[in-house]
Amino acid sequence: MESAISPNVQHGRQSGFRRFLHKLNEQKYLQAMAIPGVIWMIIFNYIPMYGIIIAFKEYDITLGFNKSPWVGLANFKEFFADERFWLIIKNTVGISFFKLLVGFPLPILFAVLLNELVSVRFKRTVQTISYLPHFISWVVLGGILMNWLSETGLINIILTKIGILKQPIAFLAEPKYFWGITVVSEVWKELGWNAIIYLAAIAGIDPELYEAATVDGAGRFTKMFKITIPCISGTIAIMFILAVSGLMNSNFDQIFVLRNPLNADASDVIDIYVYRMGIEAFRFSYATAIGLFKSIIALILLLTANGVTKKLTDKSLF
Amino acid sequence: MKIKPSVGDKIFNIFNVTLMLIICFLTLYPVWYIIVYSFNEGKDAMLGGIYFWPRKFTLDNYKTVFSNSDITTAFMVTVARTVITTTLHVFFTAMVAYAFLRKELMGRKIYMAMGTITLFFGGGLIPYFLLIKSLGLYNTFWVYVIPGMFNFYNLIIFQAFFRELPIELEESAKIDGANDFIIFTRIILPLSTPVLATIALFVGVYNWNDYFMGVIFINNPKLQPIQTFLYKVIAQTTSNQMLAYAPGGIATRNVTSQSLKMATMVITTLPIVCVYPFLQKYFVKGLLIGAIKG
Repeated sequence: MESAISPNVQHGRQSGFRRFLHKLNEQKYLQAMAIPGVIWMIIFNYIPMYGIIIAFKEYDITLGFNKSPWVGLANFKEFFADERFWLIIKNTVGISFFKLLVGFPLPILFAVLLNELVSVRFKRTVQTISYLPHFISWVVLGGILMNWLSETGLINIILTKIGILKQPIAFLAEPKYFWGITVVSEVWKELGWNAIIYLAAIAGIDPELYEAATVDGAGRFTKMFKITIPCISGTIAIMFILAVSGLMNSNFDQIFVLRNPLNADASDVIDIYVYRMGIEAFRFSYATAIGLFKSIIALILLLTANGVTKKLTDKSLF
Repeated sequence: MKIKPSVGDKIFNIFNVTLMLIICFLTLYPVWYIIVYSFNEGKDAMLGGIYFWPRKFTLDNYKTVFSNSDITTAFMVTVARTVITTTLHVFFTAMVAYAFLRKELMGRKIYMAMGTITLFFGGGLIPYFLLIKSLGLYNTFWVYVIPGMFNFYNLIIFQAFFRELPIELEESAKIDGANDFIIFTRIILPLSTPVLATIALFVGVYNWNDYFMGVIFINNPKLQPIQTFLYKVIAQTTSNQMLAYAPGGIATRNVTSQSLKMATMVITTLPIVCVYPFLQKYFVKGLLIGAIKG
């Protein structure tokens, strides 16, 4: 019996495998173009994901990812008991929250107002100028800020001249000003850039809507609030999901440049703490555990924001 | 149909234009300030009071910066890194994007799923750092190039663009006997200038402005990009390493570490500032594709 069936099965398998080989041969160029991309992702995306296991180990550089001894959740427990834990959470969420609060609506407002400009040429010029800061690095911008916010800097000169300050303040040396500095400088840098998407959404609105409203006697503000803003609400929803899911990211580049030992109590955010523990203090396992904690919260935030927005507006990322 | 602007409209227009002018001023002024400072004598600038125009015009700051071999090396590293990585990134990512898009590609769904996961989850800084070290990329120029060759988010932007291309072109090329690679290089790429320019700008700006890789992966000062150099000079406020290079000593020139920083900032920022207005029409489009299909 067996001998009667197996050749058939074997034949079937072989021809399936042959078909596979044949197909592979047919698309060998295509696969040769695709597979290097897959290999790149395995090396640079998936090996680091595998490397997360050291969060549950006591990583020993001589033993490597696999052979280092397991320690269970010890690294996480240590982080939750860390005296800076709550401070770090507060800074991470606080900075992001204020960036969201101020930095999210302003580009929308900017786009709407820009759209109301009568002269097309002036509008273009303003737009081009508004993109400029996006192309300046945080290092350069950080350099300007350190110069301006120092005790002899421009900000102090102006504030003392108009009488708001009696004594110059070294703004970056005091934790209480740090959040404000990050929020304002980020808004300055990204206002125009973040408005692009809303401007495009506004440009996509059917002009007939405005014409009809004009015929009905709608004024400028009515049109702004009854047509422009509702028409771009889908875009606003999507951008909001992205912004909320990024709540645990507090712009590493910016804070890394602006931080110093004096403002550490306000500038230690999760990403910075991972850097300090991992790269500076060589506590690889501990830093990886902190990073993993952040990734999980970020993922939960993304899914929640997506779900809530879907319920409220029918718009979602996935 | 034109309707005569009402008084309220006029007031609003004036308000709006004024507001936009203020925004433009606030945007441009910090940049203008660095330029002015960099063209002023350093010691004189320290006295303060320079706002809109250099008081004692000089090119000394720039002369000193350009005579500093560390800065010129760092500048060249940045140029090399940006050009090489951007070129490879655009070509490689576009190639993979095109291959991943073709329906007959075996494993296509798995490949795309693998990529999508990377958009939402990653290993984080430390596993990445350890990987780079174990790959032997630490402290080599290639650390800028190989890890920077591919990005799945950009792949999606490419795909959104390629999808709009007429499929008949590929089919007729196939009948003429062209293989997939030839179709990609001879037909797809030449038709994709707008999206190539967009991604090239994004990747180029990232590589030009990145200082962090230089901070964590590079030890050798001959390999550090100019942003890393600048970061070190700015962050270590006491550093006088720039001044140490001033030819003829510090005493004979009126440069200060502050005025040198400003000149370096101008040199660092200038290339990008010169380029972006011309690429504006491309990146606006590219950003939209990315946002909608992403």
